[in-house]
Amino acid sequence: MKFADFICFQAIIPELKAKDRVGVITELVSALDKAGRLGNVSCKEITKAVIKRENEASTGMGKGVAVPHVKHPAVRDVVAVIGQSSIGIDFSALDKQPVYSVILLVSPLNNPDKHLQAMENIFRFLQQEKFRKFLRQAQTRKQIEELLKETDENPNF
Amino acid sequence: MVEKASKIQTKEDALDKTACETDVEIKNTDGLHMRPAMQFVDIASRFKSEVTVSNGENSVNGKSIMQMSMLAATYGTKLRIKTEGADAQQAIDALKELVEEKKFGEPAPNNQKKHTLG
Repeated sequence: MKFADFICFQAIIPELKAKDRVGVITELVSALDKAGRLGNVSCKEITKAVIKRENEASTGMGKGVAVPHVKHPAVRDVVAVIGQSSIGIDFSALDKQPVYSVILLVSPLNNPDKHLQAMENIFRFLQQEKFRKFLRQAQTRKQIEELLKETDENPNF
Repeated sequence: MVEKASKIQTKEDALDKTACETDVEIKNTDGLHMRPAMQFVDIASRFKSEVTVSNGENSVNGKSIMQMSMLAATYGTKLRIKTEGADAQQAIDALKELVEEKKFGEPAPNNQKKHTLG
């Protein structure tokens, strides 16, 4: 799978306004909603579900990245958005370090395989220091979009 | 990238080390998503042995949550687990039990085909 298959480019937030975990999740879900990617589900409901999931176990995987996500029955397709924070967000990450890049993913209940493939794609690149660095350096929506499209075309990025 | 295991071992090390290998099949409907991957990493990390998991395409460190998420192991996927170290056997037993018997404490498909071989 490619980033272009599930990232909603127009919802990308190059500099998040929120300064805490709940605020960041709210801001990102709301961006997906504004882009019309949540279907008939209310923004509030998805936000609540993502936070509930996050409270069960932090998706702050370390190295400055977090991947909050949730599966929801009313969502039609796997969709994700990226938000970045230059100040760093406390995500209760595994390595206790602040998070600078957040990828929020919302998936339907009935397509667990696509959810896994999207996650595989996300982590294949987030694992690489070079990708994390370039992502953090990207300052505009366009730059983030270009970085993702470049990795799509060049899997050996 | 998985760190290459050092091939140069002293004789003492070699005596201490056991290597085990087994194939497991993902049996819960949602596959190896983040929560099961975390359970796997938690158990793998209780052991001193190195744990490597492979889906045929990628070979990853079984103690890294990011790497485990890269396996995209859907329901029915077969994975090969390798453990190496003094407690390799205990590690592989615990991991096999988690994946195939406990199924990560998650539901399996209702209409599961019955394997009635012999």
